[in-house]
Amino acid sequence: MTATGIHHRSYVSELRLRATRAEYVRLALMGVLLVVVPFVLDNYWMSIANTILIAVIGAVGLNILVGYTGQISLGQGGFLAVGAYTSVILSDRMGLPTPLSIAFAVVFTAVIGTFFGLPGLRLKGLYLAIATLASQQIIEFLIRRDIGDFLTGGLGYINVERFSFLGFQVGGRDVFERQWYVILAILAILAVMAGRNLFRTGLGRSFMAVRDQDIAAEAIGVNLTRAKLTAFAVSSGFVGLAGALTAHYSEVVSWEKFTLEVSILYLAMIIVGGLGSIAGSVYGAIFMTLLPVVIRNVANALDSVVPFLGDQLPAVQNATFGLVIILFLIIEPRGLNRLWERIKEFFRFWPFRY
Amino acid sequence: MSQFVSMLAYGLADGAILALAALGFVLIYKATSVINFAQGEFLLVGAYMFYTAFVVLRLPLLLAVVVGVVVATVIGVLVERLILRPMIGESPISIIMVTIGLSSLLRALVQMFYGTSVKPMPKILPTGSVDILGATVPLNRLLVIVVAAVVLTAFTIFFRRSRHGIAMRAVADDQQAAMTMGISVRRIFAMAWALAGVSALIAGVLLADISAVDQNLAAFGLLVFPVVILGGLDSVPGTIVGGIIIGLLKQGTAVYWEPGLATVVPYVVLVLILLVKPYGLFGETRIERV
Repeated sequence: MTATGIHHRSYVSELRLRATRAEYVRLALMGVLLVVVPFVLDNYWMSIANTILIAVIGAVGLNILVGYTGQISLGQGGFLAVGAYTSVILSDRMGLPTPLSIAFAVVFTAVIGTFFGLPGLRLKGLYLAIATLASQQIIEFLIRRDIGDFLTGGLGYINVERFSFLGFQVGGRDVFERQWYVILAILAILAVMAGRNLFRTGLGRSFMAVRDQDIAAEAIGVNLTRAKLTAFAVSSGFVGLAGALTAHYSEVVSWEKFTLEVSILYLAMIIVGGLGSIAGSVYGAIFMTLLPVVIRNVANALDSVVPFLGDQLPAVQNATFGLVIILFLIIEPRGLNRLWERIKEFFRFWPFRY
Repeated sequence: MSQFVSMLAYGLADGAILALAALGFVLIYKATSVINFAQGEFLLVGAYMFYTAFVVLRLPLLLAVVVGVVVATVIGVLVERLILRPMIGESPISIIMVTIGLSSLLRALVQMFYGTSVKPMPKILPTGSVDILGATVPLNRLLVIVVAAVVLTAFTIFFRRSRHGIAMRAVADDQQAAMTMGISVRRIFAMAWALAGVSALIAGVLLADISAVDQNLAAFGLLVFPVVILGGLDSVPGTIVGGIIIGLLKQGTAVYWEPGLATVVPYVVLVLILLVKPYGLFGETRIERV
């Protein structure tokens, strides 16, 4: 990267994912980090790393819909539930191989997502937000009650068998987290790559056109119906994958994991990370997953000084959650991704301001 | 028949409270075009403020109401000034998210200071019951309907007759034109939030009186959405009609069909309305092709 920015001299170079040497260095560093993590972290932190990896997949999916296509969705929790229940029912009840049932869950969630995207063809902005809020409430109600009772046999939850694949089965306590880490890391990398590459294709560009100016997009030949519905389908597919993985990784499915709060948590991830940025989804997933953990550790450390923090831990975590969303939106609406760019620019142009 | 009468009383009481909560929501939307996801938390905060004044500080009822109204006004104005004003001009996603963040913050603050247990509060409204057409109807539900009707009428008169009310309607209609007429749009924004805080306070106290002072009060807030979509997002009479319809529908489902379904039926109605008539019964139709 030069001080005056990146200058492309051909379309080929413009289409490239990485233009400068610094970006290759960053990629290499991230690769090293991903490889080193399982060797240095203990089981507790590995479980958090795994949660982050699942969140990355879900956040990339949501960002495709909200950040890139501009369609607000409060129904993330419901779509996670669809993915989780579908995959578990197929693998544990019907005896399908787990990877196949996860793949099927992805497709099925994409179909359901497209169905709930139908109101998006007529509604915009806040009306769409309210419509997806209603679909979240309806899906949540269904899995809590009638369908949920039918699916779980009245228990309210389903215990999921240990993940296995072509004769390989995830091992016991000491290797459980590390083996899952490998599986989840591969899938998360694939998801990020797919997300990144999607927006180099005509389809991905049409999503962004719809977000920026839908009428103008239609005028230049973007099929709005197709673009919006595909966006819902692709996004729900990612979310379904995240849901299915949550189910198999945590080995229990119950409706509490798919409430409106989860939808809000994912929205917070992409807001904090940066709307319309795949890297931002990753930053946001890491930040929002670590936030409650860090607060708990701080509260424990300060227990003797400020016992209030430890006593009121859930409230403190929720208050910080709300405060973080508000502060990010007021101070840096484009999230951590933009913050990172600004830091880079500061050093690049130093001693000048710009 | 007796079942029908008591269903009517319970449904109207629920609907009246919903209408009050929705009124604040519509006020904010009309004046500032902000969708306030924190309306339920305004109810919650209002009820707890009143609880603090009435039970903890042992103020007489009337003074407690005044304290509650003042605090609700201050909170409304502060929220507008500190959180929503910097957001002017941002995308709807950001504005929706900021109010969601606010709702999380307010709920957590209430939990921090008051805990999660149910707070004992003496009933303000008389607890007896009366016989109407053979049905035993609790007196407090009837009084809730009366109080809500009085408050809603007062608000309507305020919008129709008073200087500030007319200024608010002018701003809702056309901000620039209102500005050129010398109306301070900023002050109207603050006033919309303050009035929303007050109407939520009244709804919160009424709801707390017929149920209990606890965290569940906030859950009522999401039911505002079916009400306002049914009535039309920017219509004050719409909130009253919408509130009553949703309230009756909830109770009707609970009595004649199945109690559990009552929580989800409003949302099914919401989806249907959005598909058939997105601007609701009284909403202003803005023609916008999507």
